[in-house]
Amino acid sequence: MKVKSFPQTSPAGVTPRHHPGHIPGEPILRVQHLNLTYEGGVALQDVTFELTSGERMAVVGPNGAGKSTLFKIIAGLLKPDSGMVSVFGAAPSGHICISYLPQHSHVDWNFPVTVSDVVMMGRTRKIGFLRLPSASDREFVSLALRTVGLNELSQRQISQLSGGQQQRMFIARALAQEADLMLLDEPVTGLDTPSQEELFTVLESLKKEKVTVMFALHDLKLAARRFDRVMLLNHRLVGIGKPVEVFTREHLSKAYGEHIQVLENGHGLSMVDDTCCGEEKE
Amino acid sequence: MIDWLLTPLQYSFMVRGMLAAIVVGVVCAVLGTYVVLRGMAFFGDALAHAVLPGVAVGYLVGGGARGPVFWWAMATALLSAFGIGAVSRSARLKEDTSIGIIFAGMFALGVALISMVRNYSADLTHFLFGDVLGVSNTDLVLTAAFGVLILLVVLAFYKEFMVISFDPTLAATLRLPIRWLDYLLIALIAMSIVVSLQTVGVTLMVAMLITPAAAASLLTRRLSRMMLIAALVAVFSGITGLYLSYYLNLASGSAIVLTCTAIFAFTWVITNLARRKSRARPSVNL
Repeated sequence: MKVKSFPQTSPAGVTPRHHPGHIPGEPILRVQHLNLTYEGGVALQDVTFELTSGERMAVVGPNGAGKSTLFKIIAGLLKPDSGMVSVFGAAPSGHICISYLPQHSHVDWNFPVTVSDVVMMGRTRKIGFLRLPSASDREFVSLALRTVGLNELSQRQISQLSGGQQQRMFIARALAQEADLMLLDEPVTGLDTPSQEELFTVLESLKKEKVTVMFALHDLKLAARRFDRVMLLNHRLVGIGKPVEVFTREHLSKAYGEHIQVLENGHGLSMVDDTCCGEEKE
Repeated sequence: MIDWLLTPLQYSFMVRGMLAAIVVGVVCAVLGTYVVLRGMAFFGDALAHAVLPGVAVGYLVGGGARGPVFWWAMATALLSAFGIGAVSRSARLKEDTSIGIIFAGMFALGVALISMVRNYSADLTHFLFGDVLGVSNTDLVLTAAFGVLILLVVLAFYKEFMVISFDPTLAATLRLPIRWLDYLLIALIAMSIVVSLQTVGVTLMVAMLITPAAAASLLTRRLSRMMLIAALVAVFSGITGLYLSYYLNLASGSAIVLTCTAIFAFTWVITNLARRKSRARPSVNL
């Protein structure tokens, strides 16, 4: 897949995407002592971590471990009981550089819009109130579509896309939004292997754009294979770091309890889990 | 044929009625597109019925003059719209339950108020089923002014309304003022209902909102085109309905709505047949 560079919105500067309100030198994401309790119990407890620009982090953990909750807080859609989230040094609610792809998009696939219309929606704020998309907005959209390999389907109505194409359309929308931080909540759940591969190829190509990605998934093997850093979450942060350091017998049984069996097979650990692919209820 | 078309237009009330039906058709069809896409048909129906007490008070206060009826109806429509919005947001009831309670209560209040007047059944009929042939010049000016205002606002916030209707999560992450935009859209629906009251009346109002938009939704996959087709269907129905009303001596509001419904039914049958045909066709590239 060929990757084009995005036009720079700011004068040749430090980052290809510049948003006002970003404090230079701050990590793209800093989460400190995050706590949230639902009626049903603790969702997140004392979660603290940082992400640097351009990083891609896999977030794994059992069903109901608080992955979606964490994403919603970072996206500014949920307020924590206590703790702090800062994106480039400021609260998430002030940013439009965060894109969030929920686990289940409650989107009406029969809505009368084309793929290109949906991607253009990512630019709504950039275009501004009372304005029409300019030539440069259209250029952003067509670049984003080319990056995810959907340029030939741009005029299709969205119900005519496959599952993998739908996910790539949302990633194109995040690109058109000029998102610096993409929160993808189980985007590969329900995708066949070729579609998963296509999605990861697209994400690889975003490294160059310094887009930071948090990616929730169930498949630990995939997480270990595809990501430099992983986060193991079960309400608390069980482990964070390189896959080999995080996916240890101790951590895994702490995170999954009886739902996982960790087998030592001479080459490392292999895991048998029964939590895969279920619907996460929160 | 030309005579057949021109004869009714000799009467100025027919011309005024037709102009009103055209404006109302366009306004309702455009907003109705959002009503259909957002699943707000019941809300629209309820809002139309809830306007009745306002109409009644305006009628009683103004002694039958049209101006007070319009402004009282407008105030009631906006209040009910925000009231329904607030109640369904806060109460521990399902949204359709809250809407149902407010709608039936307001409608009953309206009927009760009108029944206080001596010759109420004739007036009530006009409010319930419309009286497009009774449109005055003042009515026409008010209708047109509000119609243009409503369409301009829809145009101004076209892309924002599209985002909040299609994907509220995206709207939230883009920090769009979702609540403000929701209330604005509801206010526009309320205004379009009042503007259309005289054409089809409160009970048939919902048809003007949803039927043309529903027919259009079967024919296109683009929002802007859906609005355009819905508007064309509504204008055609308005004009055809009035001719039918003139020649067949039908109630004008019903004639307009029945034309709309017939167009919808026709579209539905045609699109379903077309789909079945394309499915039955053997696939060439196996």
